[in-house]
Amino acid sequence: MVKITYIDSSGEARTIEAQEGSTVMEAAIRNGIPEIAAECGGGCACATCHVYVGEKWVALTGKASDQEEDMLDFAYKVQPNSRLCCQIKVTPELDGLTVTTPDRQG
Amino acid sequence: MSESIKTDVVIVGAGPAGLFAVFELGLLDIKAHLIDILPKPGGQCAELYPEKPIYDIPGFAKLSGQELVDALLRQIEPFHPTFHYGEMVESLEVLGSADAPLFRIRADGGQSFECKAVIVAAGGGSFQPKKPPVPGIEAYEGKSVFYAVRKIEDFRGKHVVIVGGGDSALDWTLNLQPVAKHLTLVHRRDEFRGAPHSVKAMRELVTAGRMELRLGQISSLKGEAGELASVTVKDASGGSHEIPCQRLIPFFGLTMKLGPVAEWGLNLHENLVPVDAGTFETNVPSIFAIGDINHYPGKLKLILCGFHEGALAAQKIYHYVYPGKRLTFQYTTSSSSLQKKLGVN
Repeated sequence: MVKITYIDSSGEARTIEAQEGSTVMEAAIRNGIPEIAAECGGGCACATCHVYVGEKWVALTGKASDQEEDMLDFAYKVQPNSRLCCQIKVTPELDGLTVTTPDRQG
Repeated sequence: MSESIKTDVVIVGAGPAGLFAVFELGLLDIKAHLIDILPKPGGQCAELYPEKPIYDIPGFAKLSGQELVDALLRQIEPFHPTFHYGEMVESLEVLGSADAPLFRIRADGGQSFECKAVIVAAGGGSFQPKKPPVPGIEAYEGKSVFYAVRKIEDFRGKHVVIVGGGDSALDWTLNLQPVAKHLTLVHRRDEFRGAPHSVKAMRELVTAGRMELRLGQISSLKGEAGELASVTVKDASGGSHEIPCQRLIPFFGLTMKLGPVAEWGLNLHENLVPVDAGTFETNVPSIFAIGDINHYPGKLKLILCGFHEGALAAQKIYHYVYPGKRLTFQYTTSSSSLQKKLGVN
């Protein structure tokens, strides 16, 4: 299991254990993490699972694909560390990952 | 206002569940009209994932959202359903009783319908434009802030700001640039999803000094009494620029909102419509709910479940449309009367 911490827009942190091979979005939904809507269910088709990746994890989580960048156009308050968390696969290297959720998804 | 359309069933939502319901109703000689807020059929399949493969449609190892929609449209062709696109059902009035149900439905375009049964196949609700969370934006909506362009004249001689990088943003940039006093396109990055020729045309206008392109995101609005005066754009390096703006058109795609369904007197359970799992009828006799919008013990939000639900709902609807008539269950493989309806015999 891989530990992931989600910090909501009010600053409250929730740490959960995610299964390798799932996505950061799926782990959030399974654990009832607020502020992640995931309207399209992980298809990279809606931009409602927008998160800010913790600075020290940006290199490890990698860059958004072209398609993900396109979808990020539909998100608000996009920053250089913005990602759609349905596109971040949970791997052992991400143990300890922190992501912050924006105050609004859509 | 146009005359009320009289039909057997109105299906609210032209996604896969609504489309297939036409087929199941058609086999039972029940006519249907479909109403959808999108300008095209297919619902989420067409809007959210037209090119994404679906792997759990029975009989198809792999099918894209659009392929599924196209196949369903072909399948229901023999029943000549009437589609009403770009219309949102605003109100649903119960005129009849459980013994003789009759409903009046009004769409926001003004068209009204009278029918004996209603199938709510509205998925996650209606697709509506996403509103950017800029503080105070609501105060300007409808007067200075528009999420769609209905009348070009509203933009003549104005400082217009369009936000977005897709086809809607680019198309309206090109269409409004000639009428606007000054047009600025704001986009968060220097890459555009829109059609390459539109991007090229936009860049040419920028080079010619006939419009402006600003990379950044809208952070605040200034104005008075619903009349916008300027917007502030924050660029990637944190710099802020205030630009004159009398008309703002943000294009941030669509999101699903339950919408007016909540006002129809149907029981709701966490924005879903509870139904009987044998008939898919709601708490109101002869109003049915199928697909992603309904809820019952064991519900799965799968397209295949929506198909099953439509088939069973049609069985019950038959008795509302043809009271007292016996319904004999038949197979399309063997029934010559069903095959006749399908035009294959």
